[in-house]
Amino acid sequence: MFPRIVYESFRRQARRKLLAGVAITLGVAVATAMIAVATDIGDKINRELRSYGANLVVTPQEDTLDVEVGGVNLKPPSDGAFLNEADLPKIRGTFWHHNIVGFSPMLPVTVKVGSDARDVTLLGTYFNKALSFGKDDFTTGARITHPWWKVSCGDGRESLNCAWPDDNSQNVLLGERLAAKVGKRPGDTIEISGRRLTISGIVSTGGAEDDQIVAPLALAQDVLGKPGAVRRVYVSAMTKPPDALSVRDPKTMTPEVYDRWYCSPYVESIAYQLQEVIPHSHAEQIRQVAQNEGTVLSRIKGLMLLITFAALFASALAVSAAMATAIYERRVEVGLMKALGAGNLAVSAIFFAEALLLALVGGVAGFSAGALLARQIGRSIFNSRISIEPVLFPVIIAIAVFVTFAGSAAAIRRAVKFDPVFALRGEG
Amino acid sequence: MSSIPGALLTPKQVADRRVPAPHTSMFARMLLRAAVLRRRRAASALLAMIVAAAVATAMMNLYVDVQAKLRTEFRNYGANVVIVAKEGQGLPADALAKVESVLGAKTMAVPFAYAVARIKGGQSDGQSVVVVGTDFTRARQLNHWWKVSRWPSAPNEVLVGMRAATVVSPKAGPNRQPFELTFQGKAIELAPAGMLQTGADEDSRIYLDQSEFQNWTGVAPSTIEIAVNGTAAEVEESIRQLAQLLPSADVRPVRQIMEAEANVLNKTRATLYASATLVVLTSALCVLATLIGWVFDRRRDFAIMKALGASERLINGFFAAEAAALGVVGAILGFVIGIGVAAWIGRVNFHAPVVPRFSVFPYVLAGSVAVALISAVLPIVLLRRVQPAIILRGE
Repeated sequence: MFPRIVYESFRRQARRKLLAGVAITLGVAVATAMIAVATDIGDKINRELRSYGANLVVTPQEDTLDVEVGGVNLKPPSDGAFLNEADLPKIRGTFWHHNIVGFSPMLPVTVKVGSDARDVTLLGTYFNKALSFGKDDFTTGARITHPWWKVSCGDGRESLNCAWPDDNSQNVLLGERLAAKVGKRPGDTIEISGRRLTISGIVSTGGAEDDQIVAPLALAQDVLGKPGAVRRVYVSAMTKPPDALSVRDPKTMTPEVYDRWYCSPYVESIAYQLQEVIPHSHAEQIRQVAQNEGTVLSRIKGLMLLITFAALFASALAVSAAMATAIYERRVEVGLMKALGAGNLAVSAIFFAEALLLALVGGVAGFSAGALLARQIGRSIFNSRISIEPVLFPVIIAIAVFVTFAGSAAAIRRAVKFDPVFALRGEG
Repeated sequence: MSSIPGALLTPKQVADRRVPAPHTSMFARMLLRAAVLRRRRAASALLAMIVAAAVATAMMNLYVDVQAKLRTEFRNYGANVVIVAKEGQGLPADALAKVESVLGAKTMAVPFAYAVARIKGGQSDGQSVVVVGTDFTRARQLNHWWKVSRWPSAPNEVLVGMRAATVVSPKAGPNRQPFELTFQGKAIELAPAGMLQTGADEDSRIYLDQSEFQNWTGVAPSTIEIAVNGTAAEVEESIRQLAQLLPSADVRPVRQIMEAEANVLNKTRATLYASATLVVLTSALCVLATLIGWVFDRRRDFAIMKALGASERLINGFFAAEAAALGVVGAILGFVIGIGVAAWIGRVNFHAPVVPRFSVFPYVLAGSVAVALISAVLPIVLLRRVQPAIILRGE
């Protein structure tokens, strides 16, 4: 009898059930989407924060002092120590290599340019270099670590003729202000230390590079006469905001604490791991970038968390309201059942069974809709997928059942308490 | 009292009472009685309305205010505009004052002067090192990320970059050795006050107070770094003004900072917008569900009114007025609560209250009334087709 009552209730009152089901589905969908977005927002914003560029720099351990003013280094170019380019792919072998978005080696060389033989810095780097570490093929370079570098034709126009040079070519980029000073355009050639190089584009960075020549690393090494030499490496990594553990000195840690520190993507521990893989190096966080991203990240994450609570609250309320309305409309039915001798428990059981069915169906439909919604948000805003943890599914279903029960409970109690005589007479 | 018709009142008294505005008083009474008699259902409808209006208010307030809050947060990244003297020229002596006059006092502007000095004595005798003259109080406010063990306070005290320290004053420890530098034959003895660590070029430099620097080297500031607060358009405008004001200098945006900030801010704003829309829609749905139930529940009132000969216009007007009243009351209470919620979120998350924006109120009010009207009129349209007798018979 019990299953039949429930079944008939769904069959005969399909429209009403549909309304309540739609409310549950929408509520669960919004809750799922918000939870998915809120749990993933940290990772997404962390990735976006990488547009500030590198947050770590690796330099030779025994380097001499840089004497740099306004982008011109007065230190003799062959002075001091170098890193070995051959060591760089090992960065992909560090513990947190998945968090390392990219790296760019830099080799500044002072060269003489033009008829007045002015001193100009030629900066050798990777643009989009294909490298491999073990079986792992990847590309890295300034286009990833320095996303604000823009290559154009110099007059703001972009065209196919003005492009990033190939990493194996003899082509160079001319800094914006330098190009204006020497009067060169893309396609022209420029003579540097006895080589004729083609200018493939004008680079605008808003920094010191605007007065420099940016060239493939191999070319800069060739000009300097030191194959394989790299002055410093900029590394862009996704990090965890600093906390009490991150700032501790690894030398003073107990083995367990050390393991925890080593296996957390703090900027300090990534620096430590970079030092391990690159011989004779010193890795340092670039504090301007590294120290601020933690605050921005925690602010945005906190905000999303609070909004998610608001969303959960609103959807819980919507579901309860829909359930209460649906039950309140069925007082006559309750009156009839009670008049026929049904106990309060039996009547409540029927309503709760119906609520459970609705919650399960609405929960599954809502979860799928919410997952689609979250994916759509991820694609349209962040250009990447927002992944939903499978563990979220039972949690969401449990929440849906709980909220539906909680929303129905008060209405069921009132419906059951209602005197059948009044209910049947239609007075209420 | 007056609900007991005719008791203790003569017919004349009743007529007298009716004279001033018979329709209005009856209308108001019907509205009021409906709310009082079914206060449970009315309260739950009102509650849904208040929650929805509160959530909408909080979301709109946050959406507007969070962007400003985040922008100030982004200013911790330091300068987004630099003024650099053109080659071979210095900045005019009043450049800093001019900058502040244009941008106002709350904008942080820091002057920097550079010179290459040589180390005198010690094991690195004759080596070059970059010395920078600056205003420490200003630099400290602009560059939050500078890790400084102690800021200089006494004359001839300097801030020594981590890497510069290993050359000029190699002995480690809290009390580093004083050292001597020469610039164009003029010597100066400097005492390290603290170490400076940034991970960038600053680590190889020595920072000295601007006036002492100028007394020693005679070099005036060549760079001013500025943190301009505001939207991208406001920053552009400031750059244009500064360029006009200082024709002898280059005014450049720091693209790294500005573009990254715009990027992160846009993504955050879009996410916030999407979430706020979802939350507001959900709460509107909640109101809709509750109000439709409430009105549907009163089909008996509707049927009695119709049976007693009320016109369609009157019935529509009655339910619409009821819904509108609910919408207005809900919007006002919800607005107050929503402002409180927004302020609380601001305090918890940004450690600064979100300023209440009363410009949001008309939208919340219009939205609440619109949702209330829709949810009142929808069941009425459905009920209109039904004969009053059928409703009254309870079928």
